[in-house]
Amino acid sequence: MGSGIGAAMAVKPDLKIELGKQGVFVTTISDLYNWGRKNSVWPMQFGLACCAIEMIATTMARYDLARFGAEVFRPSPRQADLMIISGTVTKKMAPQVVRLYNQMAEPKYVIAMGACAISGGPFKQGYNVLKGIDRYIPVDVHIPGCPPRPEALIHAFMTLQAKIDEQPLTGSERPRHLDAEAQGEFPIPVQGAHDLEPPVNRLVWPLPAPAVIGTDAENCG
Amino acid sequence: MKSAKEILMAIQSALPGAQVEVVLNPSPSGQHSLRIDPASALAVAVFLREDSELALDYCSNATGVDWPDKEVAEKVKVAKVVEGVEQVVEETIKHVEPGYLEAVYHLFSMKKGPVNEPGPVVLRMRTVNRTDQVKLPSLTPVWRSVEFQEREIFDLFGIVFTGHPDLRRILMWDEFEDHPMRRDYVDPDDYEYEPTPHDEVLKRAEEQKAKAAEVTQ
Ligand code: SF4
Repeated sequence: MGSGIGAAMAVKPDLKIELGKQGVFVTTISDLYNWGRKNSVWPMQFGLACCAIEMIATTMARYDLARFGAEVFRPSPRQADLMIISGTVTKKMAPQVVRLYNQMAEPKYVIAMGACAISGGPFKQGYNVLKGIDRYIPVDVHIPGCPPRPEALIHAFMTLQAKIDEQPLTGSERPRHLDAEAQGEFPIPVQGAHDLEPPVNRLVWPLPAPAVIGTDAENCG
Repeated sequence: MKSAKEILMAIQSALPGAQVEVVLNPSPSGQHSLRIDPASALAVAVFLREDSELALDYCSNATGVDWPDKEVAEKVKVAKVVEGVEQVVEETIKHVEPGYLEAVYHLFSMKKGPVNEPGPVVLRMRTVNRTDQVKLPSLTPVWRSVEFQEREIFDLFGIVFTGHPDLRRILMWDEFEDHPMRRDYVDPDDYEYEPTPHDEVLKRAEEQKAKAAEVTQ
C-alpha cells in the first residue's frame, strides 16, 4: 500500500509475523508514529446545523464513535486535532470556522460532513451560504449526503485513519507539521460590504482551469 | 371573525383620524388586508390588540415585500388633427409608477381561540419609496413577537423601523450593505465551479468561464 519512502521503509507483514513467532518485535518509527496518531484523533466539539445532530448520534451509545479512538469531543481547539464541519457554513460563520481551525495544533485534519459543508447543499443558490468550506481550509475527507448517516461519518473517520496510517514521514507527501515550508496559518476572510473577502483562498482552492475551446493553442499566451 | 371591512369600520369609529383602507385580494382565498398609514399605525395596532371584540393579541408573522418601480402603459383617446381632419386617435402613454417597500403582519387572537376566530387579520404598511424614505414605525412595542422578524425585514429588505428596541442585522453581518431579498439584489459571483450548472447558474458559469479565459490569454 502507498508509495514512496514510507512504503519502502515499512516492514513486510509476512516477515513481521515470522519474526513475531520467534519472539522478536520489529517495527519502524513511521509505523509506530502513525499508529499513535491514527488512534488518538480527537474531534472538536462544534456543529453548525442539522448534520450536527447526526454527528452527535455518532458519538452516542448506538454508534459509539469511541470505539475508534475518538473518545470525547474537545471543547477547545487547543485540545482537538480533527475538525468535523457538520452542517451549513454560512458566510457569517465562515471566518469563525477558519479562525478555530487556525487555533488547532498540528497535525490537524478536516472532515467536511454533508452536502452543505462540501458545496452549500440545498442552500447553494442562496445569498448567505458558503459554497463549500474547502474554499478556505484543506479538507481531508468529504462526506456527501443530506444528512449523511452516522455510519457514513464512521466510514469517513476510518478513511481518515487509513490516510494517516499511509502517510510517509519524509518526502513531498509528508504531513504538514513535518514540513517547515508548509503553510500553517490560513487567512481568515473578512466580512466585506457585499461578500467575504477574499471569496476563496486560492492556495487551497485553485480555480478550475477554463474549458479549452477549439484546438488553436498557438493563439494562447 | 369580523371581515376586513368590518374591522375597518371599527377602526374608523374608534380612531376617526386614522387612515386605513382595505386592500382586496382577488384570489379564491379572498384574504383581504388592511393597509394602515404609518403615522397612525401604532394607535391602530394598540386598538386592534385592546379591543374586546377583536382582541388580536398575537402577531404570528411579519415579513416584507419589495415592489420595484414599474412601467405602466395606458391607452388614452386624444383628439388630434390629422391631415386637416380632426380625429380621435388612441395613444399609449407610458409612465413609471414608483416602487415601495411593504411590511406585512399576520394577526391572530389567542383570547378568542383559533376555533372561534380563524385568522389571520393581515396588516400592511408601505414606505414612501425604496431608496431614502424607508422608515416605518415598529410594532414591536405592541406585539413583542415581531422583534426578530422586524430585524429580519430590516436586514433583508432595508426597511428601517423607528421605535424598535434593538434594530440590528440578524442573518447577514453588520458590515454587509445590500438587502438580499430586494428584487434588484445581485448576488456575488461565486459560481466559478459548477459540476452540473443549469438555467441561471449555467449562464453565470458561462460568463465566469469567458472571463477566466480572457484573463489567461
Ligand atoms: S447537508 Fe442537509 S442535513 Fe446537513 S446541514 Fe445541510 S441541510 Fe442539514
